[in-house]
Amino acid sequence: MKRIVYREWRLQPERYWGLLAILGAVAAIAGLAALYMEHHGHWVTGMTNQVVWGTPHVFAVFLIVAASGALNVASIGTVFGRTAYKPLGRLSGLLSIALLAGGLMVLVLDLGRPERLVVAATTYNFKSIFAWNIFLYTGFMVIVVAYLWTMAERKVNAYSKPVGYVAFVWRLLLTMGTGAIFGFLVARQAYDTAILPPMFIIMSFAYGLAIFILVLMFAYHQDKRPMGDVMLFKLKNLLGVFVAAILLLTLMYHLTKLYGTKNHGVEAFILMTGGIYTAMFWIGWILVGCLAPLGIVYHPVLGKDRTWIAAACGMVILGGLAAVYVIIIGGQAYPLEMFPGKTILASGFHDGVAGAAAWYSPSIPEVLLGIGGVAVALIITAVGVRVLQFLPESLSDQVVDPHVAAKG
Amino acid sequence: MTQEHDKVDGARRSFIGAAAGLTAATVAPGVILHTVAAAPRAEAVTDKVRWGMLIDTAKCADGCTACVQACDRENGLDLQIKPEGASEQMWDRQRAVWIRKVQVQDNLTGRVTNLPMLCQHCEHPPCVDVCPTGASFKRADGIVMVDRHTCIGCRYCMMACPYKARSFIHQVVAEKLTATPRGKGCVESCNLCVHRRDHGEASTACADACAAAGHHAIVFGDLKDAGSAVSKAMAAAVSRQIREDLDLNTGVRYSSI
Amino acid sequence: MANAVVRGLLAVTGLVWALGAQPVAADETFVTPGSNAAGLTSCVEPTDFMRRNHMEIIKHQRNTVVHQGIRDSKHTLAGCIDCHVAPGPDHKPVSVYAEGQFCHRCHAYAAVDVNCFGCHATVPTPATASKAASGEFGPDVAQVSDQGAAAGGNRP
Repeated sequence: MKRIVYREWRLQPERYWGLLAILGAVAAIAGLAALYMEHHGHWVTGMTNQVVWGTPHVFAVFLIVAASGALNVASIGTVFGRTAYKPLGRLSGLLSIALLAGGLMVLVLDLGRPERLVVAATTYNFKSIFAWNIFLYTGFMVIVVAYLWTMAERKVNAYSKPVGYVAFVWRLLLTMGTGAIFGFLVARQAYDTAILPPMFIIMSFAYGLAIFILVLMFAYHQDKRPMGDVMLFKLKNLLGVFVAAILLLTLMYHLTKLYGTKNHGVEAFILMTGGIYTAMFWIGWILVGCLAPLGIVYHPVLGKDRTWIAAACGMVILGGLAAVYVIIIGGQAYPLEMFPGKTILASGFHDGVAGAAAWYSPSIPEVLLGIGGVAVALIITAVGVRVLQFLPESLSDQVVDPHVAAKG
Repeated sequence: MTQEHDKVDGARRSFIGAAAGLTAATVAPGVILHTVAAAPRAEAVTDKVRWGMLIDTAKCADGCTACVQACDRENGLDLQIKPEGASEQMWDRQRAVWIRKVQVQDNLTGRVTNLPMLCQHCEHPPCVDVCPTGASFKRADGIVMVDRHTCIGCRYCMMACPYKARSFIHQVVAEKLTATPRGKGCVESCNLCVHRRDHGEASTACADACAAAGHHAIVFGDLKDAGSAVSKAMAAAVSRQIREDLDLNTGVRYSSI
Repeated sequence: MANAVVRGLLAVTGLVWALGAQPVAADETFVTPGSNAAGLTSCVEPTDFMRRNHMEIIKHQRNTVVHQGIRDSKHTLAGCIDCHVAPGPDHKPVSVYAEGQFCHRCHAYAAVDVNCFGCHATVPTPATASKAASGEFGPDVAQVSDQGAAAGGNRP
């Protein structure tokens, strides 16, 4: 295929600095929110001794999962040899690092003692998946930087494939590690399942790709670079496949849990009686996150309209946030089943009297911190494409597809 | 090596046994008297003991919270103050609780049972497995506790505990006792009154309070010592672990439930 | 020649400054008057050693206490506080980390904020309930922990 020319993002300076200013303000507010939570203690948040992980963790896990999925596009080009995707590899790597950085920032700032990050980095209990995740996340950053280098530096282009393979495998391990955070917990009915690691992998494919498409469309539109239908529709159709896979794994998760009587309580909670969690599941996870985007992607008319495609990506993202909310917070809200066959009449520690779910409501500092993570990820991406030659000059059909080029 | 070394010297054994028994009989009254004001531990804990409890739910009285109040007093939990600006409901959800009373009713028979729920001090604690820094650990003598010097406050142990035994300290701690340091940002739970263990006292605050209230539902002691009160009580009663299907081999067992 | 003079002057100034900045002359003491320590010639270890190494002792000691349960060491933090706490005007013990008190004086000078007292009591309290009942700690054992710069106790 034609040699791809990469250029820095040439957005007008006023608009670029304006964008950075807005994102910077959001990130700064998040920093203040984190300081507020750390100084006073977590009593200022909605988190309690029953729901110990709240909105910051929803954002953090979402960003981390999306980060691994964002690298998918580069992997398709390098590992699976699809030439059409190769020009997108650099942005893919940058976006994955940016999203991971944003997610980790939120996670670390929500710790009860964030000043002990050095302790976390030097003292390890290797039976803990958290400890492994520290290595998986930081190692991922190093490997993706190396991957980007092999892609961008011509002298080491030959190493792009082996490094790409390592990055691909590492990414799968990382996402499985994130899913295993919950999958390994025997204590809670919603967790304790081997399907969570692969489900997180499939979710990462969809969420990462949706964010990637939106970032790509925005960057090209602002810089007036051509993006042809061939490339866009490839990505759109791929998104459709991934979203369908999410539906499949969600179905598997719930059908398996529904089969065993011991899980009927938690399934009824999530699917029927859980109030906000049920709404988030059906409307957020299933309808907005999966069915509507599928409908758009495979619609003969809407699926070819750029605005609708962007809307579908946005819906996948919202649905992803809802899904992570249901998994993390819904999973905690449902009471522990300590006395099967018995009902709890009274408890001094909110053990689920009469099966009642634990209370949780997102507080403003938590939401601000979570959004700040998104802002940090976008700042890194914006600065990266501005300063580095990561965006192909053109993704028009002639450039992307040799058949079109031959005809035209 | 040689046959002579491997053969047991029966006579020597019985002499030592008799001598030990005589010494114990002479010294024992003094030892028991001294346990209350005993010396602080001078040597590292070993796994020769394993601390545990048997809770007889049939003796646990409805409405009694003696164990809870004693634990609060012993560990400085009654010094917690609701932060200014927090609602009563949020405070109730966020304040640290190490032991609580739970009342359950059987769905079929309608029988009501009262019991205290606390950290079960499992032999295979999920909270220890998941702690990234190893702050949540099991001491050699079986006590599962948090090393607050290493805890980063990630609350993963709280997610992992099948008994929801842990609490996170949500606010600055203004007043604390020397024996039980506790502060903002770390996770804590029942440590079987480890400061009492290390100063040679016989029992935990909750067990003492339950006895003082006349119920004697909580029996504490060394599970590895067949002669201890708790071992004898377990031999006499049918007891079980809560959530025994998780196979955690808890140190706290319950009977009559 | 001029260069050498300038360099010499700078070196001398630097030396004088460094020597003058030594926080402690041989006979200056940071022990708070009225504390048990005020009446003692030296700490559990020689004063010079303690000044430079007390943090290592504390870090080692905390592991032996928490993980091994060894409580009879002369290096316990509770022991430090027992000895170094001084009574206030109302004869009640004042937090060792309050302004002007023992720990705070050096740490404020050295600008090293320690978060020990976020968790640890800053005045002596009974080790066990039975000791409290013995009355040796006086009728009133409530204390206020002042964390120096982060004062305010429980109020956010």
